[in-house]
Amino acid sequence: MAERKIRVLVAKPGLDGHDRGAKVVARALRDAGMEVIYTGLRQTPEMIAESALQEDVDAVGLSILSGAHMALVPRVLDLLRANGQENVRIFIGGIIPDEDTPRLLEMGVSGVYGPGTPTDTIVNDIRRSVLGSAEISE
Amino acid sequence: MDLAHAVLEGNRLALARLLTQVENGTVQGRQALEALFPHTGRAHLIGVTGPPGTGKSSLVNQLALQIRRSDPPRKVAIVAVDPSSPFTGGAILGDRVRMRDLSGDPGVFIRSMASRGSLGGLAHATSSVVQALDAAGFQVILIETVGAGQAEVDIARLAHTVLVVEAPGLGDDIQAIKAGILEIADILVINKADLSGVEATERALLSMLQLAHPAPRIFANQREHHHLAWDENPKDLESVETWIPPVQRTVAVEGDGVTELAGLIAQHVAYLQKTGGWEQREQARLQSELDELLRQALVRRWRDTVPEAHYTQVLQRLLDRQISPWQAVAELVNGGEA
Repeated sequence: MAERKIRVLVAKPGLDGHDRGAKVVARALRDAGMEVIYTGLRQTPEMIAESALQEDVDAVGLSILSGAHMALVPRVLDLLRANGQENVRIFIGGIIPDEDTPRLLEMGVSGVYGPGTPTDTIVNDIRRSVLGSAEISE
Repeated sequence: MDLAHAVLEGNRLALARLLTQVENGTVQGRQALEALFPHTGRAHLIGVTGPPGTGKSSLVNQLALQIRRSDPPRKVAIVAVDPSSPFTGGAILGDRVRMRDLSGDPGVFIRSMASRGSLGGLAHATSSVVQALDAAGFQVILIETVGAGQAEVDIARLAHTVLVVEAPGLGDDIQAIKAGILEIADILVINKADLSGVEATERALLSMLQLAHPAPRIFANQREHHHLAWDENPKDLESVETWIPPVQRTVAVEGDGVTELAGLIAQHVAYLQKTGGWEQREQARLQSELDELLRQALVRRWRDTVPEAHYTQVLQRLLDRQISPWQAVAELVNGGEA
């Protein structure tokens, strides 16, 4: 009975028109045995933080194609921290210019993944970062 | 940190973390639930079940909005169960996609659950999760099952009021008279009622109800159904105490029929309270929970008394077809006497 499942929220903040990539990643995480809470398109940072709280997720995957990542990501990070969820790992996918990646990592994002990233890479990174932190905190 | 205490004080992060502990079956979660148990038994538990794609999540979204608009507004929790993969144990929990209207309302708490191998339409931990939400002060708890076909009827043991959601075009009238999911309905909902074929679906469901209940009876929404042949003796209706599941058409994405549905749910609560059905359902739920825990405890205790070698040896004789499964049980439980 006692079993720890990795729970991941996959969300698309902003005004992107499609969520194909987010669904591919969600499916890969599912196939890796994770429980993926999928919230769909056009989520505000507030909606994402609220879902992350209610679902007590270990990680949040944000898919952003619109170019608004430097505005959206800090807002999500702030809201998660304000809710006491500073342990939640954030992963970003989508169209992110190379020069923005270091800045996102500096803000506290755990990984940034562009098009063509093998899904195994994302799965392994999430697993390692979540299970690594769980061993320390429990 | 005392989880139970924080939950009672309305701390949402503590509640979310407690639900995780409860789902994972941890000792900490169980202790918190034990502390919270005296605070349970106040919420109205509404089950929403039905085949995949009939619009359960959209309907739950609309019902929650409706309950939040009521005067005084009641706090609503939603537990939405989706299936786990039988191969990887992973799951995509997608019910929140239809519930975005509810975001930003502190009087609403939504939790997605994976079924984690349970086959009855809920997860094993769903009833415990519901208890935690009940103790946390949510007055209405909407429980959405996995897309359910015919036999996923666990919700009937958990909820006070069960809505079975159908949609036009899903089956003929033979489907409607089969045992199972339709039997557990307190209210039948035909969602997507703007689609063609809605009359045929409604006819099939109403004739199913007629077959099941041939005697004169009270209809929760009798005025809307005055065309029904056996509903022609209104004087007797007051004295009859049988609840006949009403059939309500809705178009959840438009919100059509949802006010009427909320009215039917309120009538069902009044009926349960008037007839003692509420206590009856409480008793049935707690009793089945007690029996299940008892069964687990007894099996565990018994297993501790049986040497592993003896069990293996009996199992081997069973595999060799030397004894039947019944003889094997007799041997293990009573030392050989059937």
